[in-house]
Amino acid sequence: MIALDRTLMLHGLALAVVVIGGALLPDWIQGLVILAFGKGLVVLGLLLLMRTGLVSFGQGLFYCLGAYAAVSVARIFTLPDSLLISDAILMPLFGGIVAGIIALILGFLLANYRAIFFAMLSLAFSMILYGLLIKMSVLGSSDGFNVAYTTVAGVAIAQSAKLYVLYAVSSAMVFIAMVGLHRYLRSHMGRLAPAIRDNELRVEYMGSSVRYVIHVNFIIAAVLAGVGGGLVALSSGHVDPDLAYWTTSGEFVFVAVLGGTANVAAPIMASLLFEWIKSAAYQYAPYTWQMVLGIALLLVIMFLPQGLWSVFNRQAKEA
Amino acid sequence: MTDLASVLIDGIIYTSYLFIIAVGLTLIYGVMKILNMAHGSLYALGAYVAATLVGVWFSHGLNPYASFALLFVAPILVGLAAGPLIERGLLRFMYGKDEIVLLLVTYAVLLILEDVIKLVWGVESYSAYQPYGLLGNFDVAGLLYTKYDALLVVVAILVGFALSWVLTQTRQGKLLLAVIHDREVSTAMGINVHRFYLVTFTVGTMLAALGGALVAPQVSVVPSMGVEMIVLAFAVVVIGGLGSLPGAALGALIVGLVRSAAVHYAPQVELFSIYLVMALVLIFRPKGLFSAAEPRKI
Repeated sequence: MIALDRTLMLHGLALAVVVIGGALLPDWIQGLVILAFGKGLVVLGLLLLMRTGLVSFGQGLFYCLGAYAAVSVARIFTLPDSLLISDAILMPLFGGIVAGIIALILGFLLANYRAIFFAMLSLAFSMILYGLLIKMSVLGSSDGFNVAYTTVAGVAIAQSAKLYVLYAVSSAMVFIAMVGLHRYLRSHMGRLAPAIRDNELRVEYMGSSVRYVIHVNFIIAAVLAGVGGGLVALSSGHVDPDLAYWTTSGEFVFVAVLGGTANVAAPIMASLLFEWIKSAAYQYAPYTWQMVLGIALLLVIMFLPQGLWSVFNRQAKEA
Repeated sequence: MTDLASVLIDGIIYTSYLFIIAVGLTLIYGVMKILNMAHGSLYALGAYVAATLVGVWFSHGLNPYASFALLFVAPILVGLAAGPLIERGLLRFMYGKDEIVLLLVTYAVLLILEDVIKLVWGVESYSAYQPYGLLGNFDVAGLLYTKYDALLVVVAILVGFALSWVLTQTRQGKLLLAVIHDREVSTAMGINVHRFYLVTFTVGTMLAALGGALVAPQVSVVPSMGVEMIVLAFAVVVIGGLGSLPGAALGALIVGLVRSAAVHYAPQVELFSIYLVMALVLIFRPKGLFSAAEPRKI
């Protein structure tokens, strides 16, 4: 029996509004929302890591793995077309599983690191993937390849309906991820995360394994990033090695800091805001866009260290 | 045999660039505990300013040999302008925050500087090739190298020795070591810690820009050079141990040789071989090769 708290009810309501209202939106906004949701999932994973006191500058690794996974497996092992995964639900999930397996392996090493060493080592791993991909001709080298889906849950989808179907799928996935993470953060394991951030030695003295919690959270974050990467690949229809470049990971960190870690909705909102501003900025200020980002990041760090979400909290307390 | 010789020589030339850039990064970290992501942009800035100065110099037909001086004037200009601006204008408000927050702050500076460079110089590539061929070539076992590259190795060695001489033999250097060892006690003893931070950051900036200025004659100067270099410089200092001067030298040597070996024997693994080595080093020496033990804090 799932206890219905305020956050859960709000999210359920939001899902219904987003899915039904989305049908009325023009195509380009639907595309933008899918992109923002996909990236938002990555940032959701970062929220979990940041609550644990860790900042990863290498989530691009799992994001890229998730985007590449389904088609790459078919290409590398030269599977016949009948075994190719081309389902809009299965593809991101498969990406999440692949990312999770890699995170399980890397986690044994990364769980020993904190602060900037964690950031730098995760960055190094994402750059290893980048270096591999730009030289792998079977995966299109630096050009990457195109990605498309044909079915949803086994049902073939007409070309005209593809965008909206993907929109609905990504909304549902974001909803499930948010509710799942929200529940997790309230569980025993979830509550250990901020304790580790505050003082991990005390957590050890209390009888919990810090390494284990960090390892598990790292895997969860990777799975979220993998699923997000899979969604973004389907939405843009194309993948290339830049997905693993460290500046991609930097962008996720930016969005995570922008939103803050107070609520599981914050990363998704921040991601929507980010993609919306980005699409406008590319049009009007292509050469000053990063500068705007940098200044915004500084302002958030200085004046809203808990992220934009803290504005809502402050108002709620005053009222 | 020639193969091995060229791997070694190419590796050492590459090591020299890396060392000059990485030593600035490790210096700033050692003193201020800031892993400066903007270091890559300052490196690019040095390259752009040098390329511009050299371009103007040669278009006026001035004495070509004097253009070498410009490669040192450019980093001094960049250091004196950008160093105090970033340290006094921004970083000093951030001291005392988490290392990871400071990392994000310098990431923001990197984003801003990237666009400043694009605004000032545009997105086309620049080049300052003239000084590169000016001194002629010499050959080693039948392989041709420019004397410019040989001089570069000398500059890198001089930078290394100058820094360690200042740190261990001069009064100011010893005071700086005291600041690194314990900031609070140093302040209590009357050392002006803020002045040391300002000077350290400015010198670090100059070193980044010097690396850029010395690279400029060799490569085409493009906007993406900063973000490419910063991750390499990270790899160097992390391999060597953050904040360690000999560590930066050893890290640069390892990365330089690994890269040149990869370029010669297995070009398809060039990019990731460096990060693979970094990951391997960290698996066995989690804080780098030259790292001191740290007490656990309860």
